[in-house]
Amino acid sequence: MPAATVAAQDLKTLTKQMRVDIIRMIEAAGSGHPGGSLSIIDTLAVLYTKFLKFDPANPSWEDRDRVILSKGHACPALYTVMAYMGYFPREQLMTLRKLGSPLQGHPDRRFLPGIEASTGSLGQGLSIAIGMAVAAKMDAKDWRTYCILGDGELQEGQVWEALMSAPKFGVGGLTVIVDHNNGQIDGPVSEIMPIESVVEKLSSFGWSVAAIDGHDFAQIEGALSAAKESQRPFAIVAKTVKGKGVSFMENVIDWHGRAPKKEEADRAVAEILRG
Amino acid sequence: MGKATREAFGEALLELAEAHPELVVLDADLSKSTMTQAFAKKYPKRHLELGIAEQNMIGVAAGLALCGKTPVLTSFACFLIGRLETIRVSAAYNDTNVKLVGTHAGLGIGEDGTSQMGLEDVGAMRSLPHMTILQPADAAETRQAVEWMLAHKGPVYLRLTRQKMDDVHGPDYKFKLGRADVIWEPSPKPKSFQATVFASGGPVPCAVAAAKDLLPRGFNVRVVNAGTLLPFDDDAVARFAADSARLVTVEDHNVTGGLGSAVCEAAAQRGLGVRVVRLGARDFGESATPSQLYDKYGLSAPHVAEACLRNLD
Ligand SMILES: Cc1ncc(C[n+]2csc(CCOP(=O)(O)OP(=O)(O)O)c2C)c(N)n1
Repeated sequence: MPAATVAAQDLKTLTKQMRVDIIRMIEAAGSGHPGGSLSIIDTLAVLYTKFLKFDPANPSWEDRDRVILSKGHACPALYTVMAYMGYFPREQLMTLRKLGSPLQGHPDRRFLPGIEASTGSLGQGLSIAIGMAVAAKMDAKDWRTYCILGDGELQEGQVWEALMSAPKFGVGGLTVIVDHNNGQIDGPVSEIMPIESVVEKLSSFGWSVAAIDGHDFAQIEGALSAAKESQRPFAIVAKTVKGKGVSFMENVIDWHGRAPKKEEADRAVAEILRG
Repeated sequence: MGKATREAFGEALLELAEAHPELVVLDADLSKSTMTQAFAKKYPKRHLELGIAEQNMIGVAAGLALCGKTPVLTSFACFLIGRLETIRVSAAYNDTNVKLVGTHAGLGIGEDGTSQMGLEDVGAMRSLPHMTILQPADAAETRQAVEWMLAHKGPVYLRLTRQKMDDVHGPDYKFKLGRADVIWEPSPKPKSFQATVFASGGPVPCAVAAAKDLLPRGFNVRVVNAGTLLPFDDDAVARFAADSARLVTVEDHNVTGGLGSAVCEAAAQRGLGVRVVRLGARDFGESATPSQLYDKYGLSAPHVAEACLRNLD
């Protein structure tokens, strides 16, 4: 079941509401990662509403596309999109990180149908995604695999082992999205351990690459369409803003992994709804 | 409530920096959590930030050590043990002076959940030749363990808590490598015990609380802090098995490979014939508050008390 077509104007409204939910669920949890959730939510919203084949009533439908959130700490964004897509009721978002909740602190496929691989240890998701894409190719299936990486995550050696292997296996059905927000925990990526030029590195590893503004719906859609047509593994380097949509969180390292208190969450929500 | 042992570790590094000019600290994008930030600020030339690249950090540390530095590298316990083979070859097999500091050990990290929980690290590290494994219970022990670690030549794994820990040692406490210390027993000392509990790391306060709770109920229980997991104090196992009806182990780690295994191995090797009840994780963990998880996974005080009394026949 491909998701219904959503117009750009609707996406704007939709992602506003999703941002509000991200803030509220992390506030309710008392811990979590707002920065990297707010930077990736626009891409996830476009992916799920316009591209992904899935059936929330049958999350293990064989022909579904696979999504792996390798930067697993951004799961509040993934959970929010999944709730809107009908995997579970939106109210459940407020159980994030609580005892017994399927919405674990990092994506956990033991507890939440629709999570393709448990993640949270950075650097491992792309290898798993490549395995899935290779399996699809072996079985001549046309479902696709999407993998979302953080830019700090690119510092992990395993990511480059994986990047090297995808062109060799000729997995055209594989799309990588790099959430290039230049933030990690100890500081900006460009200072902690520079990774540039990401676009050139990926190209030289044999990937087709599109560099886009990761908050521009048209560009996200254009890149995901190009990825679908590509015969080669396709990487989208999405320039984003960590904490996007909440001025006091934007590009502020501290908001990588801290929950807003009530007053902060109220301010954030008011601003998102205004913006 | 005292400090988290990671916090005491960060302070100890600062205090010992001048006495150890060869000390270098390495981080992999978790310095705020592993408490090395103050050191990094004060001694920027003796601090290396590797980014999210634990394997490279371990190798770089090994190289530094082979050239006379004393590298102390930090990350969460789970992310270090994820690079076991690199630790094995680059750090341990080369018998380097690398100090690996794994914080946020076990279920005690709480809400972040399974992927951030080091629950198998002691088991893996304990199988490495040349390795020493320390797990201090409170701030005073941590301070002295770090001092010992910096003076010692050879690879060391220091395992620390995210959560705050009660102070269990008195003012006269002296760290001694490889010694399991009695930290609580009824006074006057009884002739025999219902149980001796070997505890290490996060659940040490649970063991003390259980022993205190059992005393007025008529049961004498001794609590031993196993602050060194390798080399292990086999003599203590023999000594306490002699006057205790059973031994109980409690650790924030899988029941396989860690403290519980060390005690069982000592007991079997010495032919002690004592029953051992092991408390610890038997699964991967999940998200919840640390205290909820200690309850659910059987590490909290009521579970320790129950393990002391449980019918074993
Ligand atoms: C292997 C590993 N090392 C360390 C961590 C701790 N950690 C969690 S998030 C994070 C920073 C991630 O930065 P980035 O990939 O850029 O994500 P984003 O900025 O999009 O949130 C780190 C170091 C981890 N989860 N996994």
